[in-house]
Amino acid sequence: MAKGAVKKTFLKPLGKENPVFVQILGICSTLAVTNKLENTMVMCMGVLFTTSLSGFTLSLVRKFIPARIRMMVETLVIATFVIIVDIALRAYLPDVWRQLGPYVGLIITNCIIMGRAEAFALNNPPGLSLVDGIATGIGYSYVLLIIAFFRELLGTGEIWGYQVLGAWWTNWSIMVMPPGAFFMLAIFIWIVKGKIIQEAADGK
Amino acid sequence: MESNWYPLAVFFAAVFTNNILLANYLGMCSFLSIAKELKASVGLGMAVTFVMAVTTVLNWMVYTYLLVPFGLEYLRFIVFIIVIAAFVQLVEMIIERVSDGLYAALGIFLPLITVNCAILGTSLFMVIRDYSLIVSFFFGLGSGLGWFLAILAMAGILQKLKKARIPKGLEGAGITLVITGIMALAFMGFAGILMIG
Repeated sequence: MAKGAVKKTFLKPLGKENPVFVQILGICSTLAVTNKLENTMVMCMGVLFTTSLSGFTLSLVRKFIPARIRMMVETLVIATFVIIVDIALRAYLPDVWRQLGPYVGLIITNCIIMGRAEAFALNNPPGLSLVDGIATGIGYSYVLLIIAFFRELLGTGEIWGYQVLGAWWTNWSIMVMPPGAFFMLAIFIWIVKGKIIQEAADGK
Repeated sequence: MESNWYPLAVFFAAVFTNNILLANYLGMCSFLSIAKELKASVGLGMAVTFVMAVTTVLNWMVYTYLLVPFGLEYLRFIVFIIVIAAFVQLVEMIIERVSDGLYAALGIFLPLITVNCAILGTSLFMVIRDYSLIVSFFFGLGSGLGWFLAILAMAGILQKLKKARIPKGLEGAGITLVITGIMALAFMGFAGILMIG
């Protein structure tokens, strides 16, 4: 395994091929769990765990999966890891688990994981797939954490549950409600896409 | 709480106050990619409504009669997704045999539905909220119609926006999200009429 390939695989999902703001995948959970930084962190860990290990596992068995039923196999492998996440959260972080509700289970239908399995893990060796999975997970996580940071800060004046803005701050409660999530993500995509377009224009 | 009107209340709440897309953020992926075309939106909306209403009931039965008695609740993710995938496959085969017109209209959307998180999400909400069979059916139907309503409205708005000048960075997903946000704001106006949860 060449070092260059590893580095390239690792860097792609962080910038140019970011799953959230470039490919617009996995939006459901991006919007749903980002109203509190703590929940977001837990969710990101879950997704990171699932993408990396499901990518690794699928890559290990990729030569034995018949092409016709590969979607089903992918789903089952992913679901297995999601169940592990679900049970672990329920045992160790029951409060967060209750707040995340159905969204833990919905990691299964998170298109990012399915997409990486389909596009990468089935055509690449296990080690590289693991790297790709981890990088994809990080690429997803940092976007979510940024959005969650602003939503929690503006919506409740808190960061990670600690009051940081003083009493003068009027909470924008809309930020922690659904519309805030949509607006926040739109603004984020706008800024990043604007940058990419600008760079492309400068490069010419 | 559990009066005769309860299933109906859940139904309307699922369409308006707790819209699966606008309040629970589910089914965004296909929403963002399909809403560009009005015709496709109608097809997908109908397919989602139908599949959602039926799979919620199927999953309720599987969960109550198979998983709970054997203490296998933790397997629900895998089981639900298999039930959904199998049902979608079945419907696709039946439609293909029975009606060419319907197959042309809905056929291509069915495979998309298996990975539509709104379908799985509805089943998971049903378990978390402990609905009875009848309520589950109305919840599934309402969620489906709510999703249909949202994508239809979005497709209509995007059609009007085709000639509008939108900032470059906001084109595509960005503007769709902004409009979805405004729609979510509008739907928040229904809040307070009915509550489920």
